[in-house]
Amino acid sequence: MPTRTKSRATRKTPHGAARPARKPPARKSAPVDLYLSTIKGAFVMKGDGVRRSWHITGTHFFGSETNHLILDPRDRTTLLLAARTGHLGPTVFRSGDGGRTWKEASRPPAFPKAPEGQTGAVVERTFFLAAGHASRPDVWWAGTVPHALFRSEDGGDTWSLVAGFQTFLASLKERKPAHVGATPGGAITHSILVDPRDARHMYVSLSAAGFFETRDEGLTWTPMNEGSSADFLPEPFAEFGQDPHCVVMSPADPDRLYQQNHCGVYRLDRPGTRWDRIGRNLPKDVGDIGFPIVAHPRDPDVAWVFPMDGTDVWPRTSPGGKPAAFRTRDGGISWTRQAKGFPPANGFFTVFRQAMKADTRDPVGLYLGTTSGEVWASRDEGGSWMQIAGHLPRILSLEVVEP
Amino acid sequence: MTVPVHVSSHLRSYTHGKADVQAEGATLAELMTDLDHRFPGLRFRVVDEQDHIRPHMNFFVQGSLVRDLASPVPAGAEVLILGALSGG
Repeated sequence: MPTRTKSRATRKTPHGAARPARKPPARKSAPVDLYLSTIKGAFVMKGDGVRRSWHITGTHFFGSETNHLILDPRDRTTLLLAARTGHLGPTVFRSGDGGRTWKEASRPPAFPKAPEGQTGAVVERTFFLAAGHASRPDVWWAGTVPHALFRSEDGGDTWSLVAGFQTFLASLKERKPAHVGATPGGAITHSILVDPRDARHMYVSLSAAGFFETRDEGLTWTPMNEGSSADFLPEPFAEFGQDPHCVVMSPADPDRLYQQNHCGVYRLDRPGTRWDRIGRNLPKDVGDIGFPIVAHPRDPDVAWVFPMDGTDVWPRTSPGGKPAAFRTRDGGISWTRQAKGFPPANGFFTVFRQAMKADTRDPVGLYLGTTSGEVWASRDEGGSWMQIAGHLPRILSLEVVEP
Repeated sequence: MTVPVHVSSHLRSYTHGKADVQAEGATLAELMTDLDHRFPGLRFRVVDEQDHIRPHMNFFVQGSLVRDLASPVPAGAEVLILGALSGG
């Protein structure tokens, strides 16, 4: 059983200083945009001020596989988009005018050329984009397939491999080759989390190799997988080799981490280093397998998961054909089923790891996109859901933008 | 030596909508370098960082399929850069 949550007002930072919980102000009425990245282009949805009426206003790079489209939270203007097509290689585009015009990176994420006679790695897709720390306005991070971390220091125009991460990965592979592998979606680098208090402190997740921390902005790394399981390995509680599907940092408390793993739902409170399997408290007939996990913008004890069927041959669809989110209000000690509005039967949703997000309004809005091209929204923190789009291509990621 | 190069629709966002352009080079590698000068970004979309032609792109020189960038481009040859019948 998980330990009861410590008081947020007195929880210690990794540096040992007591720090009050940061509570960004909630807006009650403001439009919300959704950026939907799909296998056939990025779609923009706009909602009205009360998040009731939604419409698709346009597409970017229609026909391309767009993996991630994000707004720079620092200037709230710049857009970054990762795209490729079945024919053409992966690249990154930037826009400074809301997507009216795009400029391609002059040096997209790419591995160094291998010496003659050796086989070099090739970036298949840029999977995950993340803005750098607020004190580094031109820094961006990118996670790719296959495993690699790239950094841009010029606003996303040129990208360089983070050599310290590759050296670290090579050492892991040398020690335990079977513990650094690929998933059906490739060897994915994702959930790049930058500590808002310290630009040098970051976390990165690999499917499959685990969850890792750096305290020197990527030069050196440490595995942090204690307590999280890898039941697909002979050694289920190894130092590394796990398959985190999605890891989020509470916007209200950067020391509170939630993880949806291939093998369960977990919570980690830093400076602790042991993940607690809070998914054990989900109903047994639902289980705690899924792709996304979402943290509340203001309350670190509130989080949502969207379970999928991880039994038998792993259908990866809503358990029993009954889609539902599950919410905890106590850091994972208990969970409440939230299915109102979803199909009561024969609803076989799959929601990818980047395709469920929250806004910052009060009450919080939740949004999810399915692999069958549907978008669902909740205006009341998951209490009820409505379908706001259908018939779109397979949704790879969803981002909430509040202009 | 400048030769005519025909590109399929996939690449015309780089060639300002043109299907037929010109590029210079005695080999495909040189030709691609020149094409990238003329149309920045085009090369990396069809040739990866290890200098291999991407799997779903096809190069034809004088009608023959070529997979090696070291291949010569004879004087007067036409080069086709086409999307394969695949790609998803």
